[in-house]
Amino acid sequence: MNPQTTWAFFMDHRDEILGATLDHLTLVIIAMIIAIFIGVPLGMFIVQRPALRAIALGAASIFQTIPSLALFGFLIPIPFIGGIGKRTAIVALVLYALLPILRNTYVGLTGIDPAVLEAAEAMGMTRAQILFRVRFPLALAVILAGIRTATIITIGVATIAAAIGAGGLGTFIFRGVALVSDSLILAGAIPSAVLALLADFLLGLLERRLKVS
Amino acid sequence: MNAKISPAATNRIEFRDVSFHINDILKRLIVSQVSLEIPHGETLVLLGRSGSGKTTLLKLMNGMLLPTKGEILVQDRSTTSWDPIRLRRGIGYVIQDAGLFPHFTVAENVGLVPSLESWDAARIAARVDEMLHLVGLDPREFAHRHPRELSGGQRQRVGVARALAADPPILLMDEPFGALDPVTRAELQREFSALVHRLGKTIVFVTHDLREALLLASRIVLLEAGHVVARAAPQEFLHLDHPEVRAFTSSLSVTPGSSA
Ligand SMILES: Nc1ncnc2c1ncn2[C@@H]1O[C@H](COP(=O)(O)OP(=O)(O)OP(=O)(O)O)[C@@H](O)[C@H]1O
Ligand SMILES: [Mg+2]
Repeated sequence: MNPQTTWAFFMDHRDEILGATLDHLTLVIIAMIIAIFIGVPLGMFIVQRPALRAIALGAASIFQTIPSLALFGFLIPIPFIGGIGKRTAIVALVLYALLPILRNTYVGLTGIDPAVLEAAEAMGMTRAQILFRVRFPLALAVILAGIRTATIITIGVATIAAAIGAGGLGTFIFRGVALVSDSLILAGAIPSAVLALLADFLLGLLERRLKVS
Repeated sequence: MNAKISPAATNRIEFRDVSFHINDILKRLIVSQVSLEIPHGETLVLLGRSGSGKTTLLKLMNGMLLPTKGEILVQDRSTTSWDPIRLRRGIGYVIQDAGLFPHFTVAENVGLVPSLESWDAARIAARVDEMLHLVGLDPREFAHRHPRELSGGQRQRVGVARALAADPPILLMDEPFGALDPVTRAELQREFSALVHRLGKTIVFVTHDLREALLLASRIVLLEAGHVVARAAPQEFLHLDHPEVRAFTSSLSVTPGSSA
């Protein structure tokens, strides 16, 4: 691998690399928005419903245990959500992102100082008021930590989504492997690594600001 | 069901043969056959060692715990038939270790119940100021701090201000002055006892400090292992002939300078 040829390659193809990075980011953002809108409310819900807790957490951890390429494989034959392309990829990414978000929402909401919850109850707050005005704000930093983990996982898994025609930075990696081109592989690998590190840093920053000690 | 704790009604609390046990295999009795009448306007002090059941009795009064046997009447209505939210909004509760909301400022903590009761913002702000002055905290200095920026004693005072904010006719206070230095403590006790006479509230005050009990109580009830073992006005309490009373009175007689 020659840094100079790689740099030249990057410069020559910067529009395509930028385009793929944006595609990648779009995939991740859409998946994350959906996962947050499912995971956070579901996490709040299972705090009140112990019966559903094991089922929801169990299902989410099964999805996360299935190897990503295999999960894509399972989804392709399913009507509506399956097939080749972005939609299947997004479904798979959502399933992956769900566990950290769901688990951290649950852990954050239940891991609050019992004296504080007791005070809330003693002040005559309703269950909904306790959830939205006490539990949720106090759990926010932990929930955000789950979102951060999920985002990093999603950025990684999204590179594999190229295998089912979802586009993104993985396209370069797969093509580079096929053509035995280091430059092409790096054109996918470097931006996706940078994305992951950047997301980690920025969300980490936000998380620290929200922490209540 | 929707009745509020009303300031006009007599704020009587009555325990009728109340027992309470934790719902586990042991069925250990935490409170055992307590019968007790707390008339309107009384300051009842619950005295007892650590673990004797004082906090449990308070939680039975505001419906956070329901009796296993017997019943507790608040304003002549059993805690089991009160709407728990309405019952608790009318009962100020100072939690043993302050239990302030860490994500709220001092002002938001104190203004919580008024805001739950939908007071308007100006009225809440004025009330918060008034309450902070009352407990000796300058609002300009403290209103915008968070609990983590307060000392233990300051937190306790915020806890007292919070319990008083919505002007509840009944007050439950669980060792509200426990974390204060003796000087501030004595100051607050004096102010508090003056306040009590002015306010005309029904107050149940928990302590394991006999001196504090003698100063504040219109009546002292002594608990031992979940049983009421003595009850008397402060002047008479010292002369009761019961081993647990003597255990407490002997704790008084340790005077400075006396050698063993
Ligand atoms: N949730 C619980 N589960 C099991 N035991 C409990 C529970 N709550 C209280 N107890 C027990 O009940 C007894 C009375 O507790 P309580 O909190 O009423 O004591 P207290 O008089 O307030 O003590 P302190 O002065 O230390 O606050 C104690 O032995 C305590 O261990
Ligand atoms: Mg206690």
